[in-house]
Amino acid sequence: MKQQQRPVYLDLPKIATKMSITAKISILHRISGVLMFLGLPLVLALFHHSLTNETFFANCYSVSSCLVMKLVFIGLIWAIMHHMCAGIRFLLLDIHIGIERNIAQKSARIVIIISLILTAILGVLIW
Amino acid sequence: MVKNRILSAGHGINAWLQQRITAVIMLVAIMAFFAFVVIAKLQINANFTSWQQFFHLTFIKIFTQITILAIVVHAWVGMRDLWMDYVKCAGLRVLLHSLTILWLIASLIYSVKILWA
Repeated sequence: MKQQQRPVYLDLPKIATKMSITAKISILHRISGVLMFLGLPLVLALFHHSLTNETFFANCYSVSSCLVMKLVFIGLIWAIMHHMCAGIRFLLLDIHIGIERNIAQKSARIVIIISLILTAILGVLIW
Repeated sequence: MVKNRILSAGHGINAWLQQRITAVIMLVAIMAFFAFVVIAKLQINANFTSWQQFFHLTFIKIFTQITILAIVVHAWVGMRDLWMDYVKCAGLRVLLHSLTILWLIASLIYSVKILWA
């Protein structure tokens, strides 16, 4: 007799808190990648405006007065910074630098901190 | 079987290598860009004209275009990995693959217009 398929309960908040720091880095790498994939045309449009519109260029540091847009840009800045820092870490892991467990955990923590610091600096600049 | 072949990455090592090579290109580009911005700020007091002139140089245009091409290839490999990992339904995956390609090609064409028009 075929056993009845029971639904599997995934306790996502619990899974997230139990995730190791290296797993968190990995999933954040994916999330930030998707954000940039979606934001690509927007960033290209900004680049286009900066090259064709002088007043836009002059006000480049305050790209938008709209709070939502500011948060979108800060989100994208975080995505770039996190993706870049985590990406450098993954490239180093590929060539077997820092693959020991404790070093990998330490570098994962450093990636999160450095990308947040860079986001804060650039975020203040565009606010 | 056939279905799997159509939707698989084929030789994964190629995609893996493309991902790394394009990543290094983007790293070089982002560092060159920040170096330019810092130098421009410190020395020539950058303005709209110098920004335009900078992107008027052919080798800068080519370098920027290669970087954007690297972004598109990198994004394609990454997004395809994502669909392959999370979307099990073949029809939906074909649709998402197609939309991803359209989104990226449109971005690439837009970048060509920005740089060379």
